Amino acid sequence: MSEEILFDCLHSQIVNYCLNVNKTAPESFTSQTQPPEKEKDLSTLEYIGYTTGYRLIERLTREVPRFKDELETMKFVCTDFWTAIFKKQVDNLRTNHQGVYVLQDNAFRFLTRISPGTKQLEHAPKYVAFTCGLIRGSLANLGISSTVTAEVQSIPSCKFHVQVSRN
Amino acid sequence: MSRQNTRLDQKKVNTELLTLAYGSFVTQILHDQNLNIDEVNKNLERIGYNIGLRLIEDFLSRTAAPRCLEMRETADRIQQAFRIYLNIQPAITNWSSSSDEFSLIFENNPLIDFVELPPEFSNLRYSAIICGCIRGALEMVQQEVQCFLVQDQLKSDSCTEIRVKFIRRLEDAIPAGED
Repeated sequence: MSEEILFDCLHSQIVNYCLNVNKTAPESFTSQTQPPEKEKDLSTLEYIGYTTGYRLIERLTREVPRFKDELETMKFVCTDFWTAIFKKQVDNLRTNHQGVYVLQDNAFRFLTRISPGTKQLEHAPKYVAFTCGLIRGSLANLGISSTVTAEVQSIPSCKFHVQVSRN
Repeated sequence: MSRQNTRLDQKKVNTELLTLAYGSFVTQILHDQNLNIDEVNKNLERIGYNIGLRLIEDFLSRTAAPRCLEMRETADRIQQAFRIYLNIQPAITNWSSSSDEFSLIFENNPLIDFVELPPEFSNLRYSAIICGCIRGALEMVQQEVQCFLVQDQLKSDSCTEIRVKFIRRLEDAIPAGED
């Protein structure tokens, strides 16, 4: 598939941009509570993912029958949606049936081009932040508000933890 | 009982993913630059340039295209690249008399599919990323070009027109002290 490379390129540019923008224009961010630099960068990245996911799922679910419960919604996002974007199924989807879902992908698309090594591990967060947002955004549009975090123990495998917030 | 397939049309998902991610990205840049449109245009062009630098590698390995001997061949290659990567076929027209300048006309442009520009952003060159991309890619094959938007569907022109102008052939610079 040839569109793939294009999105890979765009994704790496988005990452690149988000990590550099705050360094070049620090004066626009002089707020009272200054979070650590790195966290701020990743939250921008996550937010871009969020808005993308939010809009994308809206269009994709137009022809799909209504989901009957949370589990079915999660399944849709983690199987159909995931497969369409990442070209492979999640290798493992687990839940404790109390609002915690764990998706495991053993060859995550944005990590497969990085050399596997402990030294590269510190760079992993910036390549998964967009996807965290993507999942959170798509779930949000389907009526599930959640927190999504990622965990990379060894490249290229990645675990996404989805914590559904109920209140 | 895991499903191998997806109920969704993969091609459509990916095109829309690209379009929407780009849209979100542009919005974020606008926000970061405090709505300074000139700065945003520059950013978009540079991002395109960076993508072009890499995309040309993929293009060359995919097509095994030989060296272009004249600008008309280059134009055909660019057209081919659009077909491969965006699944669109721009028309090549308006050659200058010296054959070093031409236009690419896009009837439809997937990047602007869901986009409407508010009047206050009328200077925003939303598709500048494509210009940057062409410039970056050609630079990697030793051609310096100038590339800019002439018409833009987002500004109620009937089509999107990108002008490509050949500037010069780049020579490989040999590091000092080497023959």
